[in-house]
Amino acid sequence: MTRAQRLVPLALGLGTLIVLIALMEALIRAGAINKFIVPTPLEIAGAFGRVIVEEDIPHRFLVTAREALWAAALLVVFGIGIGVLLYRVQLLRDATETWVAALASAPTVLMYPLFLVIFGRSEKTIIMMGFVAGVPAVILKTIEGLSGTRRVLINVGRSFNLTELQLFWKILFPAALATIFVGLRLGMIFALINIVGVEFLINFGGLGQLINDLAERYDLAGTYAAICFVILVSVVFFFLTDRLERWLRPAA
Amino acid sequence: MAETGRLTAPSVPLLGPVTLLRVAIIAAVLAIWEAVAFSGLLFRDVVPSLTVIARALVALLADPAYYWNLGVTAGEIGVAMLIGGLAGLGVGILLGANPLLARAYEAYLYYLGPTPKIIFFPVMIMWFGVGPPSKIAMGVISCFFPVALSAAAGMRAIDQVLIRVGRSFRLSASQMVTKIYLPAMRLPILNGVRLGLGVAIIGTLLAETKLSNKGIGFLIINAYSTFNMPRMYALLIVLFVLSIGVNALVGKLGGAQAGR
Repeated sequence: MTRAQRLVPLALGLGTLIVLIALMEALIRAGAINKFIVPTPLEIAGAFGRVIVEEDIPHRFLVTAREALWAAALLVVFGIGIGVLLYRVQLLRDATETWVAALASAPTVLMYPLFLVIFGRSEKTIIMMGFVAGVPAVILKTIEGLSGTRRVLINVGRSFNLTELQLFWKILFPAALATIFVGLRLGMIFALINIVGVEFLINFGGLGQLINDLAERYDLAGTYAAICFVILVSVVFFFLTDRLERWLRPAA
Repeated sequence: MAETGRLTAPSVPLLGPVTLLRVAIIAAVLAIWEAVAFSGLLFRDVVPSLTVIARALVALLADPAYYWNLGVTAGEIGVAMLIGGLAGLGVGILLGANPLLARAYEAYLYYLGPTPKIIFFPVMIMWFGVGPPSKIAMGVISCFFPVALSAAAGMRAIDQVLIRVGRSFRLSASQMVTKIYLPAMRLPILNGVRLGLGVAIIGTLLAETKLSNKGIGFLIINAYSTFNMPRMYALLIVLFVLSIGVNALVGKLGGAQAGR
């Protein structure tokens, strides 16, 4: 692909975005769009600094990041653990794999009132909601990764008289790592969506609560700025994990 | 909701070890639940006994108000799917058909798709008010992205021979869409609809739990607010069965189409 072929679409995408923002600014200033419903993009941009300083975004970001890290730790321990267990015990896998898949398609986030009753209005509820949303993807991808290990690699391991534990750590796990990471990435995406969503819904925690707070105060520019910030954080997170996944894939 | 690929369910004999294990797991879970309910380990009523939940389930299914609220939610989701699905389909076909547009805009869809949509709810309330339109809007922005991305991917996967055949017959743009593109990409579209429906259900119901006075989401949060735990469990059970059922139905439809 030539330099021009790469740059033209990039310029077109960014150009369209800039034109849309300018158009919004013009329409709101002209009164075609009610400025009490949609603040001008310049007002939103101006609110960024205020929101970051006055609403202590770094702290809120760290709160959400801490919840996400706890959920990630639970996903690694239980998601991969259960996946390995189901891979090892075929009967258990046959009996429960379709249940796990069904759980993956169930709207588990709607259980948040139940979790509120059990764990209270606390970080535990948010972390558990993140974990519940992400765990089916991690389990299923762990099983898929381990099952997809090439037979010849396992045979090589057996020819070296590796114990079951050695076979797992030296052969199966490295071979399945890329697929397991895909599961973890998917799981973390679902977890993060739920974490920010539940923070917003129960008005507790980090970035999700900030949006709810600002909306309840009818700080329009601040609300839009906070939403843009969360979108930015999500996009950066997905971009980085996407790159990591691509980097990991050929290595496996 | 997770895109987990299609699992081929193992053929399970009626009384084979798999069935027996499944029955054993269900029995064990129910027994543990009942034991916890009677042990007093958790706050009273947080884990009601199974008979209480069963009674609440029967009462819920016999309650006309439940069906009215279910109708409200189903209507919101249906309209959301119609608007968001059609918009996603249009954008997907456009991006899939034009490589320049795809390279310019698809990355935005790809990275915006997984953002938590519920954060847009305050904006939707400002734009569309506190009634059903704001819930429909939440459903629309939830389902738009998976449908658009699936349609774009499906469009690119169409056999070029089919497209050349359409062009050699000098089909117009609309004829190309209805005669070539849509029939050839029905599977990815159905897959996108399945994913879109799942997230539309979540988006709409979450919005109902946040601010509403009707719909299943409202019933759930109302049961929570009044600490009517048996009713909340009953609502969650019904909701899960309905969601998984609808998802499986669309999945089966995709499977039937694939078999043709």
